[in-house]
Amino acid sequence: MLKTFKTGGVHPPENKITEKQAIKVLPVPAIVYIPFSQHLGAPAKVLVAKGDKVKAGQLIAKGEAFISANIHSSVSGKVQKIDEVIETSGYRKPSVIIEVEGDVWDESIDRSDRISKDIILSQKEIIKRINEMGVVGLGGATFPSHVKLMVPEGKKAELLIINGVECEPYLTSDHRLMLEKGEEILVGTQILMIALGVSKAMIGIENNKPDAIAHLTELAKNFNGIQVHGLKVKYPQGAEKQLIKALVNREVPSGKLPIEVGAVVHNAGTSFAVYEAVQKNKPLFERVVTITGKSVKNPGNFLVRIGTPVSDLIAASGGLPEDTGKIIGGGPMMGKALVSPEVPIVKGTSGILIMNREESGRQELKNCIRCGKCITVCPMGLEPWLLEKLVINENFEKAEAEKIVDCMECGSCHYTCPSKRPLLDYIRFGKGKVLQIIRTRNK
Amino acid sequence: MNVELIYSVATLGLIGSVSAVILYFVAQKFKVIEDPRIDQVQEVLPSANCGGCGFAGCRAFAEALVMQGGEKGNLDGLKCPVGGNDVMAQVAGILGLTVEQQDPVIAVVRCNGSFANSPKKVIFEGATSCVFAHNLFAGEGGCPYGCLGLGDCVKVCNFDAIDIDKATGLPVVNEKCVACGACVTACPRKIIELRPKGKKDRRIFVSCVNQEKGGPAKKNCAVACIGCGKCVKVCAFDAITLLNNLAYIDPLKCRLCRKCAPECPTGAIHELNFPQKKETLATEINKTGSRNEALTEKVSEPAMTPDSKSGNNNGGISNET
Amino acid sequence: MNLLTVSGSPHVFNDTSVSKIMWGVVIAMIPATLVSFWYFGLGGIIITLSAVIFCVLIEYLVQRYLLKEAPSVKDGSAVITGILLAFNVPSNLPVWELLIGCIVAIAIAKMSFGGLGKNPFNPALIGRVFMLISFPVDMTSWPLPVTNRMVLTDAVTGPTTLGILKEGLANGETVSQISSQLPAYQQMFMGDIGGSLGEVSALALIIGGLFMLYKKIITWHIPVSFMLSVFMFSGILYLTDPEHYIDPVFHLLAGGLMLGAIFMATDMVTSPMTYKGMIIFGTGCGILTVLIRVFGAYPEGVSFAILIMNACVPLINRGFKPKRFGEVVKNG
Repeated sequence: MLKTFKTGGVHPPENKITEKQAIKVLPVPAIVYIPFSQHLGAPAKVLVAKGDKVKAGQLIAKGEAFISANIHSSVSGKVQKIDEVIETSGYRKPSVIIEVEGDVWDESIDRSDRISKDIILSQKEIIKRINEMGVVGLGGATFPSHVKLMVPEGKKAELLIINGVECEPYLTSDHRLMLEKGEEILVGTQILMIALGVSKAMIGIENNKPDAIAHLTELAKNFNGIQVHGLKVKYPQGAEKQLIKALVNREVPSGKLPIEVGAVVHNAGTSFAVYEAVQKNKPLFERVVTITGKSVKNPGNFLVRIGTPVSDLIAASGGLPEDTGKIIGGGPMMGKALVSPEVPIVKGTSGILIMNREESGRQELKNCIRCGKCITVCPMGLEPWLLEKLVINENFEKAEAEKIVDCMECGSCHYTCPSKRPLLDYIRFGKGKVLQIIRTRNK
Repeated sequence: MNVELIYSVATLGLIGSVSAVILYFVAQKFKVIEDPRIDQVQEVLPSANCGGCGFAGCRAFAEALVMQGGEKGNLDGLKCPVGGNDVMAQVAGILGLTVEQQDPVIAVVRCNGSFANSPKKVIFEGATSCVFAHNLFAGEGGCPYGCLGLGDCVKVCNFDAIDIDKATGLPVVNEKCVACGACVTACPRKIIELRPKGKKDRRIFVSCVNQEKGGPAKKNCAVACIGCGKCVKVCAFDAITLLNNLAYIDPLKCRLCRKCAPECPTGAIHELNFPQKKETLATEINKTGSRNEALTEKVSEPAMTPDSKSGNNNGGISNET
Repeated sequence: MNLLTVSGSPHVFNDTSVSKIMWGVVIAMIPATLVSFWYFGLGGIIITLSAVIFCVLIEYLVQRYLLKEAPSVKDGSAVITGILLAFNVPSNLPVWELLIGCIVAIAIAKMSFGGLGKNPFNPALIGRVFMLISFPVDMTSWPLPVTNRMVLTDAVTGPTTLGILKEGLANGETVSQISSQLPAYQQMFMGDIGGSLGEVSALALIIGGLFMLYKKIITWHIPVSFMLSVFMFSGILYLTDPEHYIDPVFHLLAGGLMLGAIFMATDMVTSPMTYKGMIIFGTGCGILTVLIRVFGAYPEGVSFAILIMNACVPLINRGFKPKRFGEVVKNG
C-alpha cells in the first residue's frame, strides 16, 4: 500500500502530455522583462540604471529585507529602461527591461557539464551563497529558500523532504528534471541537508512517475541518508503539510510552519537550483517551464531565461492555437490565468498551460444541494460550502472561527462541486478580508 | 369550599407577590440612568441605520450627539448625511446648541471607462465581487485603477441610489443618494468620492483615478486622465492639483468657471448639469458613454418621471446615443 | 483574436453535475420500479407514471408562473420525487389523491423553500405523510400482488406484514402465534408481498443502492448505520422477550425500511454533510423507526423517523464538524 495523506484530496485527470519530452533549451529572446518582485516578500532594490551593460548572471537588484531575494540578469545586453511592466494579473510592476546583445555570462559561473559532488562550503557559507544567488522555492510559492534554511531558535530540524510530487495535472517540469538531472538534484539535497544540519532526507514522488522513482532510487544508493518514496497519486499531495503527513504521518498544527514538526520541505527544482548556486556559482536566472495544452502543436519542456515573454515560449511550441480560451501560468488547479501572452516568465512559473475555450469556461451555477462533497475532498478538513455562505453574508468573524485562514487554495472544493459553485473565489475573498481584520486587531 | 383550591390560590398569590417585590428591588438596583434627550434625538434621526455618520446606527449616533453636545458644547464633526441640515438643526434645537449649515454632498463616480471607452481585453468569470476581482487581476478593460463593474457599491447601498448601467458597465448615482458613504468604503479602488452637490446640482470633477503615466493610461482607456497638466495651468483659482499623473479638482476651491473642461485632451473632466454651450454641444455628445452625463440630462429635465429608475436610466442613455 | 478568459483557480472541473447525480438516482430506482410493475401490474404503472408527470408539471408551473424563474425540471429532481412518492403509496390509490400528494410534495415541501437544495425535509416524504394523514384508509389498504397484470381490477387488499404483526400483538397474541400468518423471508426479500409500490422487494432496492454506491452518489454511512441500528435495537428487544418482540431480520425486510434507508434518508439535500453526522443521522433514523414500529400507534415508522431526523440535520451539521487538519489537540 503506497503512502498518501488521509483527509480529503481529489484525482483530476493527469494529462501529463509532455512527460516524454526531453528538456530543450529555448533560444535567448531579443528582449527580457525582469520584475523586481518575483518572490514572496519585499521587492528587491534595483542596482542598475538605463544604458548600463549587463552580463548574464549579474546582480541587478538586491533583496535587502529579511524575506526577499536577489534578482540577476538572465541575459547579456543593455538596460533599455526601468519601467513598470504588466505581469500575470495585469497590474504593472517595476521591472528592468534589457535588450539582448550576444550571450555573455558572468566569469564566476562554472559552465562545464561536469557534476561536482564535493561540497566544500560550510553550513553558513551555503546559506549565504543560496541567498546571494537569489534561489527561491520553484514549486510556485516562490518563498526565498535561504529563509527556510535558517531554523528559528528553539526549533530543531530533523528531516529534509524533497518535493518531487508534481501533483498538478499537465505539468512535467520537475519530472523531466528528476530524470535528466537526477544526480544534481541529489547533490543539491545533500547541500540542503548540510545547511539544515540534518542527517536524513526523503524524496517524495507520486507513482505516476515510475521512471523517476526508479532512476532516483538507483542514484540514491550512492548518497548517505537519502531515501526515495513512491506515493499514491492524489491532489494536493505537493502541498507542504500534506506531503509531510503522507511521508512521516505528522500533522503540522494549524497556522504553524512545517519546522514545528521538525521537517523542512524543498521542491526538487529548488534542489537543482541550490546545486547550481552552490557548486557552479550560478544564480537562478533560468528554469524549466512546461508548455502544454490539448491544442498546442508541439508541447514540451523548455529551459527558459527568467524574463522571457510568454509569447516567445508559445511561439517555440508552435504558436497560439486558434481556439485558445485561457492561458494559465502554472497548473490548472492553482495556476493563475494570464491577462495577456506578453507577460514575462518569472521564477515561479512552473508551466504555461493553454486551454481551449471549451475547457476553460465555467459552467452554469446551481443551488448548493448540500451533498457534502466539498467537505470530503478538503485536505484541510474545512467546510467550503459553509465558508462560501459566511463570506457572501459577510459574517467574517464566524468565518475566522471556521478556520478560513487555514485554506491553502488548492481548489479541490470548486473542482468537485456538482453545482459548480465558485467556492474558492469566495473563500479567497473572505480569507483576504479575515487576514486584514486579524492584522488590524494585532496592531 | 374546596380546601385544595384555597391552598393553590394562596400559594400562587404568595409566590407572585414575593417575586414582584424582588423584581421591584432588582429593577431599582440595576436601573440605568439615561439622558432622556437621547430618545428625543433618536426620534428626529431618520432611522435608516446606514452608518453614514460613522457610528453603528442611529441610536449610537444619538448617544454620541448628546455626549459630545454635553462635553464640548458643539456638534463639530458630527453630521447625519441622510437627514442633512434640517435634521441637524432639529438635533441642535433639542440640545440647545447651534450647528453650522453644511453644503449637501453626493456620491460621484470618478471613472468613465465604459465598454466603449475602455474595450474589454479579457473576459472575467467568477464571483461577482469587486474586491475579489481587484485582488485577482487589473480588470477586463486593463485599467488597474478603473471601475470593475461588479457592483459592490450597489450591494451596500441601502437607498437604491446607485445602479450599474448595463450599457456602459459603470455605476450611476441617482437623486436618491443621501451621501451615507457606504459605496465609498465598499469600492476597492476608491473610485467613488463624496463631493458637494453644488448649486443647481452643478459639479465639475475629473472622472478618472488612474495614476499611470499618460501612455499606459491612454492605452487602456480613451478618456483617462493622462496627467498633462493643461487644466492646472488654465485654472485661475488654484483648485486643480496634479499628483501621481492625476489631476484632482478641489471642490471647495472650484468656482465652476468651466475653463478646464474644454482644455482636457481626453475629455476626462466632466461638467454636470450645466446648460450646454453651443459650440461644445457636438463634441460633448461625441464624448459620451458616461453615466454621469446621462444623469445630467435626467436631473436637468424637469418633466422627469419619478418612478421606474431603470426607465429613467434608459431614457438618459437613449438621449445620449 | 478572441479574448482570453481570466478567472480564479482552479481552471479544471470534475464532470459531475447536479443533473448527472439526479438522473443517476433515477437509474438506480429502475429495478424497484420494474419489480413493482411485475407485482402490481397496470395499477403500479399508472401510479408511477402519473406521479412523475404530476411532479414535473407542478415544478414547471410553479417556477414558470409563480416564481418567474427559468424552469429547472431537466435536472431530474422532480422525477425522483415523483418516483419516490409512487413507491410510497399503494397501487390502487385514487389518482386525484396522488395529485394532492404531489402538489404538497413539490409546491409546498420543495418550491416554497426555494427549490432544489433549500428544502429542509424530503419532499416525497412530506407528500406521503400528508396523504397518510388525509386519506388514512386509502393509504393503508394494500393490494396483494396481482395475478393478472394487464387488467385493472379491484385487487384483493390486505394489511402489510407490519400491520398483521401490530394487530396481532394488540390482540394479545404472541409472536409465534402470528408468524404463521406472515409471509416467508424469502418472499419478503423478493417482493411477493402486499405493500406500497416500491418497498416490497428488498433485493431490487439493494441493487439500486449498490449502483449508487458504485457511482459515488451516496456513501455507505447512512444506509448501513440506519439498518444496523434497526437490527441491533430490535435485536435487543427480541432477546429480552422473543414472544413479544419479533426478530430483527423481520424488521429489516418488512415495510419501507430498505426504501427509506437507501433512497429516502440518503437524499443529499436533507441529510448531514459529514461522515460523522451521517452516522448519527442514520442511527437516529433507525432507533426512531423501531420505537415507532414497536411502541407507537402506527405499524410503520420509517417516514416519520426520517422526517424527524431531517429536522435535526442543521443541528447535526453544526455539531459534527470534520476534523480540521492540524487541529491542536488539547492536553496533547
